Amino acid sequence: MSNDIRIRKGLNINLKGAAEKVVSEAPRVKTFALKPTDFHSVTPKMVVKEGEKVKAGDVIFYSKYSEKIKFVTPVSGTLSEVRRGAKRKILEVVIEADSQDVYREFGVKNPAQMSAEEVKAFLLESGCWPFIRQRPYDIIADPEDTPKSIFISAYASAPLAADIEFTLQGREEDFQAGIDAISKLTTGKTHLSVAKGSSSFLTGVKGVELHKVSGPHPAGNVGVQIHHIDPVNAGEHVWVISPEDVAIIGTLLRTGKFDATRTVALAGTEVDKPQYYRVKIGSSVRALVDRSDSIDIRIISGDVLTGDKITVDGFIGFYDNTVTVIPEGNDYRMFGWLPFKDNNIPSMHHTSLSWLFPNKKYTVNTNLNGEERALVVTGEMEKVMPMDIYPMQLLKACMASNIEKMENLGIYEVAPEDFALVDYACTSKIEAQDIIRQGLDLMIKEVG
Amino acid sequence: MKFLRNKIDQLKKPFGKGEKWEKLAPAINALDTFLYVPNHTTKKGAHIRDAVDLKRTMITVVIALIPALIFGIYNTGYQYLHQLNGGDVAFMDAFMHGLWKVLPIIVVSYGVGLAIEFIFAIYRGHEVNEGFLVTGLLVPMIMPVDIPLWMVGLSVAFAVLIGKEAFGGTGMNILNPALVARAFAFFAYPTYMSGNKVWVSEASKVDAISGETILGSLAAGHDVHFSMFDMFSGAIPGSIGETSTLLILVGAAILILTGVGSWRIMFGAVIGGAVMGLLFNLWGANALMSFPWYEHLIVGGFAFGVVFMATDPVSAAQTTKGKWIYGILVGFFCIMIRVFNPAYPEGVMLGILLMNVFAPTIDHYVIEANIKRRKKRLAASKQLKTA
Repeated sequence: MSNDIRIRKGLNINLKGAAEKVVSEAPRVKTFALKPTDFHSVTPKMVVKEGEKVKAGDVIFYSKYSEKIKFVTPVSGTLSEVRRGAKRKILEVVIEADSQDVYREFGVKNPAQMSAEEVKAFLLESGCWPFIRQRPYDIIADPEDTPKSIFISAYASAPLAADIEFTLQGREEDFQAGIDAISKLTTGKTHLSVAKGSSSFLTGVKGVELHKVSGPHPAGNVGVQIHHIDPVNAGEHVWVISPEDVAIIGTLLRTGKFDATRTVALAGTEVDKPQYYRVKIGSSVRALVDRSDSIDIRIISGDVLTGDKITVDGFIGFYDNTVTVIPEGNDYRMFGWLPFKDNNIPSMHHTSLSWLFPNKKYTVNTNLNGEERALVVTGEMEKVMPMDIYPMQLLKACMASNIEKMENLGIYEVAPEDFALVDYACTSKIEAQDIIRQGLDLMIKEVG
Repeated sequence: MKFLRNKIDQLKKPFGKGEKWEKLAPAINALDTFLYVPNHTTKKGAHIRDAVDLKRTMITVVIALIPALIFGIYNTGYQYLHQLNGGDVAFMDAFMHGLWKVLPIIVVSYGVGLAIEFIFAIYRGHEVNEGFLVTGLLVPMIMPVDIPLWMVGLSVAFAVLIGKEAFGGTGMNILNPALVARAFAFFAYPTYMSGNKVWVSEASKVDAISGETILGSLAAGHDVHFSMFDMFSGAIPGSIGETSTLLILVGAAILILTGVGSWRIMFGAVIGGAVMGLLFNLWGANALMSFPWYEHLIVGGFAFGVVFMATDPVSAAQTTKGKWIYGILVGFFCIMIRVFNPAYPEGVMLGILLMNVFAPTIDHYVIEANIKRRKKRLAASKQLKTA
């Protein structure tokens, strides 16, 4: 059964430097890291001490307030350093990898014969639980809950994002095994959405409700799909998981090993050869971007709209399957504020000519193209928000910490990534994703 | 160009963080950012940003105002010279007379307003917002040409202080600041803002010149001796920038094509004004009522108010549906107040200010519908669970 979803509002930002559809093995890197900051609202409690040996799949730390949720190492090696920031907050747990991986054995399982409780216990023990995130709040799912449905979006619409159908090629059986296990976790349906016109194996996956999505970004955002298929009401939970993580769970079930291999798209105009690489989760980005002159480039773990800034010595984020490298925009533009000047900068507003050429591919940098101002212009956020939500009013409610209003205006249905295009489009250059994240954190604290 | 940039960076040094004149940084930044879009990069959130910023948006509105302003300057001289000497008036003669009259008003408006904006930016420690670039030009364009300069300065000061900063600054004001300035002058100094002596340059001093507007003539029961072409092209007495519907339409086209002004509000207001005018035509109890509805739309401040005042995004309705409702009601009330106001035969200023006050209420009900949909969905899902 298939249902079509057509998204009309939104914006495709066409950028130069898309990854060519070629996969290479990345050279084996020495250092890996788990970054607790990738797991929002998790306070890590270390299990392994500095200098101890670990096998791939061994627990490194667990969540202080939900001890069942464990985080495991993607490679075998030695825990070399725990890097801390202000107030001794753990930022990175660095592992010095062995030349060959030794795996911790979890045992081969047949998902068809497992009960929901067994699946849950297995995922928690093997460190695969953090792959599952929940809406509302966009945090790791609470193992005590039973979600009303599970969503998997295999349509990546963000600029330069990895093509999921390409990265999943050849992992048909792993993916099916993963779906068989995960679909047991909900009493409702498991929804899988693909791009309209897709002909990959994903259209034939069993045990899911298939949706064909078309339209501009953020049509591929799982939150937008949830909104149109089975919206989250107050008090309800929906779980989401990304397709490649389903395949990792499938591999674990079929082989008994936690093989944290990701196919990552290396993209952006500052990359010599944009293409796909196979790396382990948490790999040092130096294997892909080997540049010492990191001053005038920005390395982003993730896509240009939602990713995290990392240094050339940094590590690819736990959930990210894209690494984008673009020039920094720390230069001045004379009279750049004049209308119809600098049309080589993409703009959805008609005060630049670039909106006339939606198919042209642009080179972008990280210049703010202005300064932060009070909110004046109205109607622009609505153009990139394909949900029945008033984005500006919701943002203002978040700024004012008005919980009742936030709830009424639909805070449960959004994640920061759904406001990424608002960030991009806003004339007043406000940080919408950050405001939503703080709003969600307030809700976690006050409502739970 | 590098030389200039280095020079500016050197000049800005004493205004840097921890330096002597750090507090004055917003003032120097405001000047610098007019030369250069700064080198600020994204820190949080999306790493790439749209090319648009508030400066670009506001400058677009200023550009849209220019055709009407130039005609307004010309018309100021034309009305004076035409009535004084009769016959044809050379463009340059009229323009120079107008410039001599209008330029000081613009200078005072910008001077007073920007001074207050800069002081507040420094006091509050935020950057100078560009909104006043538009307000500062709108104010002279909606004033009668003979208004004393100190009155312009006082009105602008009132508008910026009480109309805007008292509410928290740009983006927080309820009323359109330019209209607040006009309303202040109107109620504080009615003799300079109404009657038949103020709408043409020198009309109060020279007997041969009548300063009566078309609406004034209608209200007083006099005959109107202007053709419809005069009304449309703008060769009629009135506030400096409001007379030429033709060039205001050029401005409207710029605003709509660049997406800076809301076409929904403009069309809504034209529809609302036309319907109200038509209703009065049917009633037809006096000269103002039986004035044809389509001429109602091109005389007085209607076109100017609808295109440049009602569309101010801060004081207008903010939701898409709300903009339609707001626009239609603006048109409605502008014509209604114009016809019913016994003291002053014009209602655009009061009509728009009235709707400014009600815009949040309109938005409230539009958003309430969204909230109701969400609550209904929740109720339905709860029922499903218990069933």
